[in-house]
This record gives sequence, C-alpha cells and structure tokens, in this order.
Amino acid sequence: MRARPPTYGKFRDVQAELDKSGAAIFRDADGVESLVIRYPYSISYIHSYAEDSPFFLGLAEGKLRGSKCRRPKCGFVFATPRSHCMVCGAPTEWIDLPTSGRVHSWTTCHFGSEAFLKETPYNLAMVEFDGAGSLMLVRLKDAVESDLYVGMPVEARFDPNPKYLVTDVWFVPKA
Amino acid sequence: MPARPKARAKPRAAAKAASKERPALTPTTKARKVFMVTGGVTKFAKAHPAMDFRLMVKRAYDYAVKEIPGLTKDRIDGTRISYFSDHFSRQLKAASMVQDYLGMNPKGSVRIEWGGATGGECFQAAYEAVASGRMDVCLGAGYETMSRVATWKGNEFIALASDTNFDFPLGGFYTGYYALMVVRHIYEYLRKGKFAHIKDEREAQRLAIAEGSRIMSLVSVKNHLNALHNPYAQYPKRLTVDDVLKSEMISYPLTREQICTMSDGAAVVVLCTEERAKEFTDRPVRVIGVGTGTDTMRLADRPFGKVPLMPKERASDYDELPYPGIHSFRAGRAAGLEAYRMAGIRDPNHELDFIELHDAYASSEIQTYEDLGLCKYGEGYGFTEKGDPFLKGIDYGFPTPRAGEIPVNPSGGLIACGHPVGATGLMQGVFAFWQLQGTIAKHFGDPALQIKDARRGAIHSHAGTGSAVTVSILERGF
Repeated sequence: MRARPPTYGKFRDVQAELDKSGAAIFRDADGVESLVIRYPYSISYIHSYAEDSPFFLGLAEGKLRGSKCRRPKCGFVFATPRSHCMVCGAPTEWIDLPTSGRVHSWTTCHFGSEAFLKETPYNLAMVEFDGAGSLMLVRLKDAVESDLYVGMPVEARFDPNPKYLVTDVWFVPKA
Repeated sequence: MPARPKARAKPRAAAKAASKERPALTPTTKARKVFMVTGGVTKFAKAHPAMDFRLMVKRAYDYAVKEIPGLTKDRIDGTRISYFSDHFSRQLKAASMVQDYLGMNPKGSVRIEWGGATGGECFQAAYEAVASGRMDVCLGAGYETMSRVATWKGNEFIALASDTNFDFPLGGFYTGYYALMVVRHIYEYLRKGKFAHIKDEREAQRLAIAEGSRIMSLVSVKNHLNALHNPYAQYPKRLTVDDVLKSEMISYPLTREQICTMSDGAAVVVLCTEERAKEFTDRPVRVIGVGTGTDTMRLADRPFGKVPLMPKERASDYDELPYPGIHSFRAGRAAGLEAYRMAGIRDPNHELDFIELHDAYASSEIQTYEDLGLCKYGEGYGFTEKGDPFLKGIDYGFPTPRAGEIPVNPSGGLIACGHPVGATGLMQGVFAFWQLQGTIAKHFGDPALQIKDARRGAIHSHAGTGSAVTVSILERGF
C-alpha cells in the first residue's frame, strides 16, 4: 500500500491515472494539490412505459401507433403518441400511423452521448406523416449524409427481435 | 407538411386580444421595485480541480460583497441557489451545502433547476423574492462542476433532459437536436428565400446549408473574438470563418467551434429593494422587466400555428409560416414579449443597448435574434451579415457595416465564456450589470467591451431545445 498516489501537473494525466490505479494528485500552476479519485456509479431502473406502453408493444408487432384526440371537434392526430390531447386535454385513442412519411428535418451525428458513441455516425430525422399534426423523431438508416434532404420519402422498418425501445423502429429511404 | 390543428385558431385570437388590452405591468401591480447592487463570477474553465462547487460559489460571493462595504452577511435576508444536474457532482441537495458553506443558515433558501435556463430562473427567483416583499435583500447564487465526468458522459447527462421514452434512446445528443432545428430553419428561410430560384431541390438545400453554415460561423468568430477582452472567458480566440467551418463536425452541419463547451464555474448576484440599493451603492441597476416562456419537451410535439407578434410585426408577415415548428423557439418569443411588455419596450433594437443571450449554439443565437424581435422571422441570417449584433471598433476580419446597432454577447457569450449551466444565466446578469454600471474596465482590466453610455440591456437564458426561456431587462438606476 503506497502512502500517496502519483502527482501530475496536467489534468489529462490525472484522468489517465484514475483509469489505471483509481487515485492521483493534481498540482495546479499555483502549487495547490488536490486529491482526485475514481468514483464509479451505476444503476438499473425499473422503468415503466405506463400510458405509453401500447406504442412500444405495437413496435414489437411491427405496428407504428400514434394517438388521436377523442373529442370530435378537435381530433388532433399525434405522430408521437400522447394519452391526453395537448390541444384540448381530452383523452386520446390509439391509431395506426402510415408506415411511410417524409423527412421534415435531419442531421448526421458524428459524436453522441457516451452510450451511443460506438454507433456514430448515425442519422436522426424528424418524420412527418400524412394526416398527422405532429412529428416523430427516428433513426434513419441505409443512407449517408449526402443522400439526405428535407422532403425525402422514407419508410419504417421494425426489429424482428424487439428490445422494447424506441429503436425497435427505424426508417430507410423509400424504395 | 403536418396539418395545422384547427382548434388553435380561437384561443390564439383571444390571447391576442387580451395582450392588446393588457397594460404595462409595473405601474398597475404591487410589485416592489428591484435593484441589482453587485455580482461576482469565477473564471469559467474546463476544470477547477482545486475548487469544489462550494468553494467556487464562495469565491464569486466574496468578490461580490467586497464591492460594497455595507453589505455584510447579516444584511442578506435569504438565498436562491441554482445548479442543473445532481449527476455532475453525484451529490443530491448540493444547494444546501452551498447555503451551509456561505454560513447562511438558518435564512430561507430554495434550489432552482430549469435545464439550461437554470441560471436565468435563479435570477428571476431572486427578483421575485424581493418584488413580492418576502425579502429586502436576496442572494442569487449558481454553479456547475461539469468536469467531474468525461465530456461524452456529460453529454449523456444533458441528453437525459430529453424524453427518455422517445428521444434519448435514439442517440441522446443535444447537438443532434439543435442540428435538426437549424437544418429546418435553413430550409424555411434560406432554401425558400435566397435559394428559392434553384429548381433542383437537393442542390438548393445543399447550397442553403452551406450559406447558413457560413453565416453561423460569423457569430462564432464574433463571440470568440469579443472574449479576448474578457478575462473570465474559457475560450477566447481569434478565428476565421474558415477555421470555424473546418473545425470538427459534431452533428451536421454544426461544427465544434459553433458549440459551447462543458465548464466549471460559479456566479452570484445580489438583488434588493430601492431603499437598500440607495444605501449600498450610488450605481445600482434596476430590473425593469422579467419574462418566461415554455414549450414541449419533445421537438416532435411542437405545433404548427401562428406567430405571437412583436409590436413592429404584422400577421401578414407570416401568412405562409407554420410556427414554431422545429425551426424557432416559441418559448423565447413568449419570454421576450412578457419582459418587453413589463418594461414598456416596443422597439428592442433602439430601446436596448445590448443583449447577453444564450448562444449554446451559433445557430440558436441567430434563431434568438428573431425570437426577440431584433429582426423578423427569416431575417436572422441577413441581420447577422449586416453586422448589427457586432461590437463597434473591433476588427472581426470581415465587414460589419452596422456594427454597434444592437451588440449581442459583448462578453463572448456561452460559446466563448463557457456554460457551467447553473451559473450561466447569473453570469449574464453580472456582465450586464457591469456594462450598465460602466465598470467593465475595472472588472475585466480592459475597457474594450464597455458599451458607451449603456443604459439598458437584456439577458436571455434558454433550456433544452427551447423548452424554457427567461428574459430579464436591466436598466441603469442612477
């Protein structure tokens, strides 16, 4: 057991040391020393989709479900489902969305959160559907940055081995 | 194009009528006048390993109170303390530890959190504590220590401030969300504007994105260059448009130099009544307007309705514009309208001398020019090119013929100063306060960023994809 962990003047070197041994001392330009340790933290949540559950169960069956306001005078159609209408507050009912739509906007992510870094680059797209008043955010696959444009026709693909995540559906350029 | 919901028309018309009838708030309400008398900021940095969040706030607090000999701890009635995420420091209820470290117990306090707008909300919470009569003197303090996790883990924490059922699992990345917004903004206003004559749709969109990217880069050059004169800034530097465009692509079309970074930092403000302000300083600054707005958490749910109009706009300006869609920040427009109404401002370009706004992305600075009515929706790119938001007397390396008309982010903004979330909106308050006091040279050790005779300025704080925005308006009170 050593009494003091190694000392570094560059914070980058401190971080590298933490990955190796779990502790380091950072000495700044004024000579102030700070003890820095590695402090792991992880947790698994018991995440209920609750009122959104039918959407995720639908993906597993190869269905894309939106929701529609039950109040006839409103009847707003949400492409990303909500169980109550954002416009008038009435309950909504589940509907099947078309499985094809158009790109409303897009980007290619060359970086991402730590959890998704290994998947970069990936495309995100907002998709608009005929008959729906709101949009849906999706992954757009089988296309590279230079293929993408606003208005591009796209269609849904479903994961035959569902993970019960929103990534069980993705879109590809329409054949 | 998604259909406009029919049900929107009536409530909007009613709201519009109501806003016409509603007089300026100040004279008709019982709110007390609120003044800012001092503030302090730590230098924003990638990491402050030798200071935890308590010590950072203490340093900013000590700087603020040493400005006013009469402002001892016993004169402060209570505090409002802000930080964005418990994840970053792995310490819940950290605001209690700030209160504790400052020796403020048992005075009243509450923690403020509202995403990226956390600091702006804290400023307004301190305002409300004084305006309501609950406190005569309130300390607003905020911080963030984002260096305690790796950058891409930090991006993950920030992205957890998006819907974890529908948005986060797709890639959970805020730069990606803002890229989606600016691609549509460019489509609405450059593809359908300057490039409307080009028949090949894909070619037209490529050209429009290239043009939008070039103009966003002007904003990045401006903010980094302004910050050369701000010793508190994290990334002051002289860049060219080419440097910005060729920096690493993060999420197309946004490049690294068009995006703010993770930071450690703290900032504090002291707000008080008129009576106390007169006692503490001969250079107080009055808060004459506050406004907030909100929008849906998911971009996918943003409506396609009508634009709430600024005084100089007409409904006919926007006949063809589905609003806000994902191209504009409705919350920013709502916050601006409320704050302007309270302050009695009808023409912000001429009635404000500067704005410190939330440029987490160069794109969102341009989008915000439009939200705040500095120009009409669709004019943001031209407004940038003409130079209105640039400072006079600084050579940016390209023509800025109208520089000084309404300087935006004279401090360098988030892009160059950094963005320790819970401190950012308060930092804007401190920089605006020093501008209005005319003490920039004293605090920055450099007079270059002092706007001559600045009498009135606005600060603007913004949360994830525009889900919440605050605007506060400050005026010289001496």
